[in-house]
Amino acid sequence: MKYILLMTGTKAGVDTYKAWSEKDVQNHFAYLTSVRNDLTKSGEFVATEGLAMPHQAKVVRAGKDNTPITDGVFPEAKEFVLGYWIVDVDSAERAYEIAARFSSGPGPGGTQVNLPIEVRQIMTRATAE
Amino acid sequence: MCEPLHSVSEHLLRDLAPQVLGAVIRRFHDFADAEDAVQEALIAASVQWPREGVPGNPRGWLYQVACRRMTDQIRSESARRRRETTVAEELERLAPVSEIDTGLGQDDTLILLFMCCHPALSQPSAIALTLRAVGGLTTAEIANAFLVPEATMAQRISRAKQSIKASGAPFRLPTDQEQTQRLSAVLHVLYLIFNEGYVASVGPQVQRLELSGEAIRLTRALHSGLPGNAEVGGLLALMLLTNARRKARTGPNEEMIPLDKQDRSLWDQSEISEGIALITAALSKGSISAYQLQAAIAAVHAEAARVEDTDWPQILTLYELLKRMSGNPMVALNHAVAAAMVKGPVAGLKLLQELDQDERLAGHHRLDAVRAYLMEMSGDLTGAIVHYRLAAERTTSLPEQNYLLTQVARLSERPIP
Repeated sequence: MKYILLMTGTKAGVDTYKAWSEKDVQNHFAYLTSVRNDLTKSGEFVATEGLAMPHQAKVVRAGKDNTPITDGVFPEAKEFVLGYWIVDVDSAERAYEIAARFSSGPGPGGTQVNLPIEVRQIMTRATAE
Repeated sequence: MCEPLHSVSEHLLRDLAPQVLGAVIRRFHDFADAEDAVQEALIAASVQWPREGVPGNPRGWLYQVACRRMTDQIRSESARRRRETTVAEELERLAPVSEIDTGLGQDDTLILLFMCCHPALSQPSAIALTLRAVGGLTTAEIANAFLVPEATMAQRISRAKQSIKASGAPFRLPTDQEQTQRLSAVLHVLYLIFNEGYVASVGPQVQRLELSGEAIRLTRALHSGLPGNAEVGGLLALMLLTNARRKARTGPNEEMIPLDKQDRSLWDQSEISEGIALITAALSKGSISAYQLQAAIAAVHAEAARVEDTDWPQILTLYELLKRMSGNPMVALNHAVAAAMVKGPVAGLKLLQELDQDERLAGHHRLDAVRAYLMEMSGDLTGAIVHYRLAAERTTSLPEQNYLLTQVARLSERPIP
């Protein structure tokens, strides 16, 4: 079963990274990379991407003649997807366990950041008659 | 001696893979390394043969290339340990080429299937290793079929080999006592591979390796190794009879078409007749297994030229036997449908009530989908809408969800009597 783990946050939340020391930032990314490598070793890793900062986010709707109408800038408290991992696992519980590992990355001074990770199952194309 | 490599040679490569692997293991006594060496030989062949033509003795070619890799590896390991003399010693220990049985290794395919589907392996590992070591597929092809990166699939394979090493399983057929139990693990892995491939077959998946076809090929190999085994014959029949409906079960927009709405002229008649012949032979052998019963049910459907010609009483009898044998709640659901077709929707709905207590079905979309179907049959359109909607919320299959939402829309448009 494939699950997507969505790391979400607000602009205000993202801005707090600016106060992190270089060491803190390095530790955090090293941690995420090591979890990712563990997932490859366990045969569960599928994909990961990080998204550009929410400051650049736009919401688009089709207008007249399908011309794009863009919406933005957004309030500080709005939640954005910051990045995602896709994993292929045996159970929902295992997906939650992995999400908790990503969530528990080190922040300033090594304290856990405990970022919220939204876990959603990816639908299959398999069917039964 | 040279002919161009096309899909025929690709099949040749895949069919030769387990035979070559068996011979290399016999010579070097190391399953994990031999498997890597054969994989490299297969990749070398897929590059070289299209350019230079298929060699006159393709099996001998693959065997020689794989053995060279093995010897190179033993040499470099020995060199690393600065123990030059061991190269000669280790090579001495190995049987000379002339003594290796490079004849048709029918048994090797069987031994390899039993090894790769060893109960010590996790299911994803067993599936991956079976496709590579027995199926002769490359890691990249398998990764692509399961839509995961090659590195992830490579790790599943290497974990599988570690488990085999740890289990200490020898390279030989299981004893007669072990065989029954071990065979059911093999059949289960083949069945999982088949189901994995049983997906909507239009759109971007067209380029993917066809896993159902691979499962059928491997089960055929198993069947020719154990021709008298009714359980194997039953599984092969079930796969063929199910696969025969492939073209009819998906519409142009990937929409799911259930059995009773399929265009039966699209069913593959050659797969159907082969499947019916196999299941007839398997049933005549006495003992009856779950795969045989499922195949027998598929055969009854296949024999009905029109949906209204379906012999439902016969299907109901078969589901009663299957239900008694398996205890699988999905079987109980299908049994309820068959009962409804024979005795009317009320009888089917009553059987579903018994299933409400089954924890394995709690919140399962199939229970709601079947209940909705039977409620519609009984004329309770409001109830049917409620349960089709619940099923749509609970399924994790996209084509199924689209199908269920379409049923909600269809019933909602109808005036309630």
